[in-house]
Amino acid sequence: MKLFIIILALFLIVCAIATCLHRTLLTSIIIFMAYSTIMSIIWALLESPDLAITEAAVGAGVTSILFFVTLKKIRAVETTEIRAGSAEESTAMAEGIGAEHE
Amino acid sequence: MSKKRRDYKLTFYSRIEDFVNGKEEFLLYRPTGTTEAKKLETLEEELTEAADLLEKREARQKVQDNTEPLDFLKRFHRLYGIIAVLVCATMMGMLMITVSWLPKFGEPGNPANNEVIARYIEKGQEETGAVNVVTGLILNYRGFDTMGETHVLFIAASCVMILLLIAEGEEKKSSYAFDRYLEPKNDIIIQKVAAFLVPVVFVFGIYVILNGHLSPGGGFSGGAILGAGLIMYVSAFGFKKTQRFMNEHVYKIAKVSALCFYVCCLSYYFYMGAHGYDNHIPLGTPGNIISSGLILFINIFVGTEVACTMYAFYALFRKGGL
Repeated sequence: MKLFIIILALFLIVCAIATCLHRTLLTSIIIFMAYSTIMSIIWALLESPDLAITEAAVGAGVTSILFFVTLKKIRAVETTEIRAGSAEESTAMAEGIGAEHE
Repeated sequence: MSKKRRDYKLTFYSRIEDFVNGKEEFLLYRPTGTTEAKKLETLEEELTEAADLLEKREARQKVQDNTEPLDFLKRFHRLYGIIAVLVCATMMGMLMITVSWLPKFGEPGNPANNEVIARYIEKGQEETGAVNVVTGLILNYRGFDTMGETHVLFIAASCVMILLLIAEGEEKKSSYAFDRYLEPKNDIIIQKVAAFLVPVVFVFGIYVILNGHLSPGGGFSGGAILGAGLIMYVSAFGFKKTQRFMNEHVYKIAKVSALCFYVCCLSYYFYMGAHGYDNHIPLGTPGNIISSGLILFINIFVGTEVACTMYAFYALFRKGGL
């Protein structure tokens, strides 16, 4: 059990450093999700299940999703098609889709 | 064979081929009456409509840029600054005076080091009626702190609304459409997984909320689980289906009534505690679902509020509205 805790703690430190140092934001967020999951397991092992549940739901779940959505909002995650076409073209297409979804 | 050739002449590719070979002026050639012609026409109409929308939007933005609608706000500009500084200074002064009355940090004789913890653990279940000491602690003894936290969450949601809420109109539709542009719609894998997982997630969230005073969990964690389940449902089935049970109307009613009832419950505690009256709400037998006085209801209200806030964050980020 002690070995398991040591492995978890080491993984936690590695995740924390990798989150800061990774180049792309998307990968950082996925590593941050892993960090939160490990953290919730550690909370459960430290006999505070209240915190473990909250960490798993908020840290690994909702916060990461909000990060992803924000990345999409600021156009940090681009699909290849948008990058290929000009901005005006994609806006016009989006308008078309919007009219379609009425 | 000849029929086939004639059909090929009519197709789009043959026209491109002809155009490349210089046999025909591609742009002027239009087959009329066929289905393809209709398709072309509708496509062009859509394109012109999109261009019109873009032009309108740009024109409106230009108008907005030129006018200065905030003139009346500038009148009291200096006054606002002075008032803000004064309010901050008084708040800081009050807090400083309060801190100066506190005992020194880290002394072994402090009440926090010898009395409070022992009392919480020894008498917590007896006084609050909650088997889970943590929930009894944060909602009963430290109810004031928890109320502050809930208001922080409410203010955060309000700030996100101020920044991201888009008024009714074309802007709303186009922003949502652009956000979902090239995203898989009605993806079968996500929908099957969500159909299996969302009920389980909801049931677990409700269990965590209702059992908050008996087992680990409570209003905040259960509400976060419910909110995550809602977000999963939205990302699988889209906003149209979600709006049947979770729209702006439901959101307003649920959130405001939950906050009001929550404040009422806690005010009762504050009033009775501050005046030294007895608590008249029966605590019930510890271990039952209906026990521990108002803690169960406070948990339900906090859970509703948190679930609404989590969902609202996601919806506001995605399409600028609920």
